[in-house]
Amino acid sequence: MAKRRTDLGAYQPEIVAGNGLLHRRALLGRGMMLAGAAATGVDGSLTSAAAEPMVDPAWTNAPGSLMLPYQVPSRFEKDVVRAVDNPNNLPRNTRARTPHHLLNGIITPNGLHFTICHGGVPDIDPAQHRLVIHGLVKRPLVFTLEDLARYPKVSRIGFVECGGNSAPLFSNTPIQANVTALHGLASCSEWTGVLLSTLLEETGIDPKAKWIIAEGADSPRLTRSVPVAKALDDAMIAMYQNGERIQPGQGYPMRLWLPGYEGNMNVKYIRRLQLTDQPTMSYYESRTYSQILPDGKAYRFYFLQEVKSFITSPSPGLALKDPGIYEVTGVAYSGTGRITKVMISADGGQSWGEAALQDPVLPKAFTRFRMPWRWNGGPAVLQSRAWDEGGNVQPLRADFVALRGQTSRPPDVGAFPSQHFNAITSWGVSNRGEVNHVYA
Amino acid sequence: MSTRKLALGSAIALVAAGAFAAELPNLGKPITPDDLKAWDITIFPDGTGLPDGNGNSVQGAPIFAAKCAACHGEGATGGVGGALTPGPARASLDGGKSIANFWPYSTTIFDFIRRAMPYNAPHSLTDNEVYALTAYLLNLNRIIGPNDVMNKDSLPKVKLPNAGNFIIRFPERI
Ligand code: HEC
Repeated sequence: MAKRRTDLGAYQPEIVAGNGLLHRRALLGRGMMLAGAAATGVDGSLTSAAAEPMVDPAWTNAPGSLMLPYQVPSRFEKDVVRAVDNPNNLPRNTRARTPHHLLNGIITPNGLHFTICHGGVPDIDPAQHRLVIHGLVKRPLVFTLEDLARYPKVSRIGFVECGGNSAPLFSNTPIQANVTALHGLASCSEWTGVLLSTLLEETGIDPKAKWIIAEGADSPRLTRSVPVAKALDDAMIAMYQNGERIQPGQGYPMRLWLPGYEGNMNVKYIRRLQLTDQPTMSYYESRTYSQILPDGKAYRFYFLQEVKSFITSPSPGLALKDPGIYEVTGVAYSGTGRITKVMISADGGQSWGEAALQDPVLPKAFTRFRMPWRWNGGPAVLQSRAWDEGGNVQPLRADFVALRGQTSRPPDVGAFPSQHFNAITSWGVSNRGEVNHVYA
Repeated sequence: MSTRKLALGSAIALVAAGAFAAELPNLGKPITPDDLKAWDITIFPDGTGLPDGNGNSVQGAPIFAAKCAACHGEGATGGVGGALTPGPARASLDGGKSIANFWPYSTTIFDFIRRAMPYNAPHSLTDNEVYALTAYLLNLNRIIGPNDVMNKDSLPKVKLPNAGNFIIRFPERI
């Protein structure tokens, strides 16, 4: 963007924390203009080079191209794609991670929503798909997609996060990788569907029922046990994602959505819900998504994705060019409810300033935070720390690993030493402007 | 009143009344347990849901070599599908979860093989083959002997060493 000379008047942005963090007001309302002005240098050093003379580029001098029925991003955005860890479709799990550092706002575009499949992406004919609810119910019932079209629906914005998101941060030394590799197994969408409680009204529930065994129509018939309490609280049979039918990678034609709960429990391609008095102890709950603790015991039924945030820009791969004003931005979210506060540090946690929370701030959804920062060209360590309305605070990494453990040697970046990592992430900025993953 | 209490309240009221949900389309079609058989495959740690049939490790070894070793390696020492051997004495954040040191329930082995393996041809095994493969993996993990027969009575009685080492993270959410 061309830099312009602007009259700064008497405005000086207020420094709120060490190493150049500025008051979030500099981003808002009248401050917006001033923050723009600040980009030319709040030191009063209005020394930016003048812009080049304007010319008409080729696309302005000729009509454009064919319009597509379903449009795709500009060819200049070809690098804004997910990182797929099994591009040759070997017979194993496949993961595709969201490139958070190339996105902004709170909604993940459908093509960039993270996906994990334990048996490839199934190709389901929606006309043949069925959803069965049975077990400890009054009336076992089968629903088609066409049936569900007539049921009352709700739309809610919320995140889905794999229990294994951010697992590389369990490494004993910081793994050098970008936000996609470290935090790409979380995404946020508007989900539309029928509340599970609505369908359970129709089947009726035997009071002995405490669990619902949820099973997918994919090749491993992936299965998880979900407490009935969650099903009656806010569980949804989701059929639309950001306005269109759910993507095959998200569970086409329907998935179980459990706002704020571990991704793997949000069973995709959902075809069967069995109400029972005990959990099934499936492979995924009793083995894969049980987390080893340092003393050899393990957590079971963690469920909750706890309060968390990470800075998406600046971040590894997005180097700073010149000293001056930058926006520090990222996402914060909590499976407990709304985000109430995000604090930013530019000096590795010695001092903190409060970031602006971008509206809307919704429960169990990504909240975008923003903070103006003047980089003085010296070393810095950027951190974000979130609080939620349940009074929970994102832990410091040192405190977190004291309880939950870390590896004894660096694992592969794609490995999952444990799960449910929600501690602070630190980005070290060198005096050349390079951004690295550090522990601080 | 929270939505949750409302939903719970109305659901219980319906159970008690045995009535159809009032304002809903009521389009769900009733289904009998017989018609649900092919899908009703849940197995519980107490053995509920286990089918008839049986097998032992001696029978399982050649099936494993033919249908599983391509991905899990000869003797289940690992490949694209990972090792199924006992592993280290204790699993840790450095890895090594195994049936011997981590899996809590023997029934899960049967359930997972039956629903998901072999990865390239799931649901292609007979229940006898699944029992034999379950026995093979239990024997490989030094839990049972090579001739011990696994069936719907004996399998749930096989207790795995790590079963007592789990802590429910948020008991109030269950
Ligand atoms: C084409 C490759 C392939 C074949 C053949 C295959 N598997 Fe697997 N197996 C996998 C993959 C991939 C996983 C990991 C699944 C996951 O994590 O969701 C797996 C996981 C497993 C597990 C869980 C391992 C653990 O400890 O986490 C067991 C048990 C298993 N397979 C048994 C079998 C048996 C028995 C057979 C033969 C009938 C078999 N597999 C054939 C690919 C294969």
